[in-house]
Amino acid sequence: MKTETVAALRDARTRRQAVVLATRLSDAAETLVYPERVEGILGGDAALLAAARRAMAIGRSETVEVGGQKIFLNVYVPPARLIIVGAVHIAQSLAPMASLMDFDVTVIDPRRAFATDSRFPGVKVMQDWADEAFEQIGLDASTAVVTLTHDPKLDDPALESALKSDVFYVGALGSRKTHAKRKERLAEAGIGDAQFARIHGPVGLNIGAKSPAEIAISILAQIVEVRARRLEALAGPKVVAA
Amino acid sequence: MSDALDVLDQVGKWKSAGKGVAVATVITTWGSSPRPVGSQLGVDESGAMVGSVSGGCIEGAVVKEALAAIADGKPRLLDFGVTDEQAWDVGLACGGKVQVFVEKVN
Repeated sequence: MKTETVAALRDARTRRQAVVLATRLSDAAETLVYPERVEGILGGDAALLAAARRAMAIGRSETVEVGGQKIFLNVYVPPARLIIVGAVHIAQSLAPMASLMDFDVTVIDPRRAFATDSRFPGVKVMQDWADEAFEQIGLDASTAVVTLTHDPKLDDPALESALKSDVFYVGALGSRKTHAKRKERLAEAGIGDAQFARIHGPVGLNIGAKSPAEIAISILAQIVEVRARRLEALAGPKVVAA
Repeated sequence: MSDALDVLDQVGKWKSAGKGVAVATVITTWGSSPRPVGSQLGVDESGAMVGSVSGGCIEGAVVKEALAAIADGKPRLLDFGVTDEQAWDVGLACGGKVQVFVEKVN
């Protein structure tokens, strides 16, 4: 591996860009395949590029054989993001746990008393309204959004924006009763049944969670499950090597 | 906790400090294996490690090959598995097989 390749891979992560590193195993020759461009000596091989683009789409690294050569395709995708709306007690457990799982975590809350760096060491904290913060951040398919404030004037605009994006997970804290009222309010704002059904609420897997940390685990477990099922569906049946 | 990009961060730092460095990558797995394809282990010339290519079962053997790759500059393809006598020595206890590519960072 070239030092420049290491730098390029780190740079792609900073820019939240997916990239595939194709390495020919016989001599360690390298080519970087980005969504829009290709850099390296294997770049002229159409079959290789097609394989690299497929690997990128399903997010799975693999060894392929192209023209009698063994090529390893290593897929580097930007870390999934978790955006937590509400710098509340549960968020104080959820943020560090999600960081441990390699999520890129952002906590958003316009209330200054809540959204302080000292309550969330090492996590990005934004003192903004969620819908405005989302515009800055840019929601994408590798992002999960969870609302935790219980306050409709904070949660509802966040949910509305999230549902209009292609985030892979939307969760909202609140009882069934709260969730039913939420449905009525969002319907008035033009969110139909099918869109509303994307919200996981009451949030998290039903593991009898009570404490903030337990609720954080149930939310993270649900996010892991949703992401894994989605990738399985994209990849189709796993091909087992002989 | 260390994903592949954290490994590359450390590899970049080692290179900036002028150290000899190699990267080992899991390129194929069969059966149950502790770390998925694409997992990486960075090794510097003193044998310091970052990341992992197994649950700790084969790291010792991989580091040895990484140091050899740093010395001679040649890439290596390593096989570990239950059919391999070496696997018993290094103890890939899960019963899976993995193939690891080791290369020097130039």
